Amino acid sequence: MRIAVTVNGTEYRREVEPRLLLIHFLRDELRLTGSHWGCDTSNCGACVVWLDGTPVKSCTVLAAMAHGREVVTVEGLANDGELDPVQRGFAQCHGLQCGFCTPGMMMTARWLLNRNPDPTPGQIREAISGQICRCTGYENIVRAIRWASDYEAGGSR
Amino acid sequence: MQVPAHVEYEKAASLEDALNLLVRYGPEAKILAGGHSLIPMMKLRLVQPEVLIDINGLTELCHITVTDSQLHIGALARHAQLLDSSAAGRHFAILHDAERVIADPIVRNWGTIGGSLCQADPSEDLSAAFAALKGTMVISGTGGSRTVSAREFHTGPYETVVGPAEVLTEIRVPLAHVSGSAYLKVARRAGDWPVGAAGAAVWLDGDTIADAGIGLTAVGARHFAAAEAEEYLRGRPAAADVLARAGEIAAENCRPVSDQRGPADYKRHLACELTIRVLRTALRRARENAAAGGYAA
Repeated sequence: MRIAVTVNGTEYRREVEPRLLLIHFLRDELRLTGSHWGCDTSNCGACVVWLDGTPVKSCTVLAAMAHGREVVTVEGLANDGELDPVQRGFAQCHGLQCGFCTPGMMMTARWLLNRNPDPTPGQIREAISGQICRCTGYENIVRAIRWASDYEAGGSR
Repeated sequence: MQVPAHVEYEKAASLEDALNLLVRYGPEAKILAGGHSLIPMMKLRLVQPEVLIDINGLTELCHITVTDSQLHIGALARHAQLLDSSAAGRHFAILHDAERVIADPIVRNWGTIGGSLCQADPSEDLSAAFAALKGTMVISGTGGSRTVSAREFHTGPYETVVGPAEVLTEIRVPLAHVSGSAYLKVARRAGDWPVGAAGAAVWLDGDTIADAGIGLTAVGARHFAAAEAEEYLRGRPAAADVLARAGEIAAENCRPVSDQRGPADYKRHLACELTIRVLRTALRRARENAAAGGYAA
């Protein structure tokens, strides 16, 4: 079947099998390999991307379901080459070690801060509770997201 | 790599279109809503439909509204929408209690309420919540729609009364005066399926329990409900010893099985203890609501 999906502002038209998962469409068809393919069972959250502005686990969404919709991946986070504050926070606070969970974590973090610019550590942990990191123990991820929140408040918090 | 088997795909433009497609393709067609139960089942080849009929474009099934007499939840409303609905939470705290512990925030963004109910997993939380609230399911076919009570909806594990050419379109819950509700789940990990869970709704007349609804999840309760315990509570005072006895009756009448989440006797213990705790919370909320002169908890 023929689908048209807007990814990071660019519309892509492709002929795909209906059973193709969105994560494989992004990685294999579009070669946008920033989104990671992890557990395949919607548990780990490495594959989180935004679908019409909302984070979803793209291993559990068909590419066909994204037809006519807008997808944002980690490649779309930076603005004109300038890293998003969430990305800078992960760099500043050592929010990653192996980096496998990082793209999904950052997509959820950006969404959280858009909805709640000043989240408590507890709210951050709740927001990322559907995502698994095996390196950091989460502490530095929480710090990284708090860093981005503080940065966006102009250091006023 | 887990991928679904070959499948055809149709995008429904309207409910009528979806129903016509179901008639055309017959029982090997499956409705695709959020897909968060169906797609994992397809990856494991536990389900192998020939055609998927995608209803994600049917905005007419996405509503959550409160009218004078009822809460209306469109079958395609996402779990996150229900958790975000202050009206739903104000009237039925049980729904917010349950939604907070269903899967995780990202899954709740896309998984649908109707999809969860139609999946009819014995460990699914909302089935018990709507059983406790004595809700009604609206099921549509090409010949029109019919309603069934939440307790008649499930016919067994992974089975419902929704026919091969029908779609669950709405869930309705009647609003009531001086009521309260609560849900509580015990799981081994954040986001996991429950070892056991319970939900309760109580309707008070002074300090007497005029009526009660008790839902049980993952413990082998018939229709996700503890009907014998509800019957016991009806007309009795809202006192601690009464709640304790209701918990025992709920536990006696469920049929949990031992599995990797826990042994049967522990699940039976949970059925008792969680029933008592949710009844206690539901009663507190009902009293708070009555004191505030409010409509429902």
